[in-house]
Amino acid sequence: MNEHIPTIVSGTLAGTVARLVMLRVDYRQYPGYPHGYVTHLSLGFIAAALGAVAVPAILKPDYTAVTFLALAATQFREVRSIERKTLEHLDEKELVKRGSDYIEGIARTFEARNYLVMLTSLLTSIAFQLGRGPAALLIAFLTIAFARSLMAGETIGDICEVVPARLWFKNTVLMVNGISMMTVGLKEMREKILREGLAVMIIPKDPNARAIIHDLGQRTAIAHTAAVIMGTKKDVDIPEFTPMARKDPDTGEVGLYIVPEEKDLEALILAVKRTPVLESARSKPLRTQAGRLAARRGRR
Amino acid sequence: MREVVFLAEREGKRILAVVTLNMERVAGGAPIFFAQNEEERERIALYIAKTLDAMVHDLENGTYIIVRH
Repeated sequence: MNEHIPTIVSGTLAGTVARLVMLRVDYRQYPGYPHGYVTHLSLGFIAAALGAVAVPAILKPDYTAVTFLALAATQFREVRSIERKTLEHLDEKELVKRGSDYIEGIARTFEARNYLVMLTSLLTSIAFQLGRGPAALLIAFLTIAFARSLMAGETIGDICEVVPARLWFKNTVLMVNGISMMTVGLKEMREKILREGLAVMIIPKDPNARAIIHDLGQRTAIAHTAAVIMGTKKDVDIPEFTPMARKDPDTGEVGLYIVPEEKDLEALILAVKRTPVLESARSKPLRTQAGRLAARRGRR
Repeated sequence: MREVVFLAEREGKRILAVVTLNMERVAGGAPIFFAQNEEERERIALYIAKTLDAMVHDLENGTYIIVRH
């Protein structure tokens, strides 16, 4: 047994480091509660240990021991549902909702990260078994780099142009360029919105991007991100200031309206651009023949 | 039209009150408040909206509706 300890340690170490690295990429999706860090690091450690133990188990040879990896998978699915439940509860009291799509995306990410940790530790311990220290180091580095690149994900800025837009009232209807957002009855509120509100247009670069920002969950996520970063003057008794993203039905462009704490248009554009593209919103109509045909004919 | 109202209600949207300058143009289930002039209408609407955490919408025919979203 003792001969396998370095293998297990190297795998576990690599996996835990991988979790730590991915934790740092987390922050835009998840405020860094210290206890959250502890929970996820511990789970990451367990995942890493599970991955690392697999190799000695096979060498021993104790093939059935590998079945505990299946147990681990069940365990991590549980992580997803716990994460989802927590965020849903928090969202109930959120003034600008994160939205169930965003929550599902975050929960799934947490689950996936544990699998990546397991993969990292498994590959590292295999490398250690075959080529000792240097090989393990190299493989650990490569897998962590891979996991990190996988987790970075696309943002709205990658697929859309975000430009300043005109916020105005057509009688009592609040407009962002040509898109009607809502009606505001009180004159006082209309004046305040004109004075302190900001608006941007999100212009998709291609039909794939248009399909993504068409997704309501994605638009909720954009409004939420903007509100978190810029602050919002909304309160329970001022629903008028709810940030919202509405679509121009003809062009597929999306107008975003917000009454931020800090009126800074440049910062708002940056905030919108850094919103992650949700996994559930991602679709690629251009991959299909029908989609390409529709895009071509539509342009005529 | 009824279905539209039902759909909106299922999403939690509801007309909570109506504030009007023109009593002859409104009727129905929600409480109706009659205002003497525009200033009063604005004030009543604001108070009701603040009390109920709701939002005021102008139908632009002399009537405000107060809606919970």
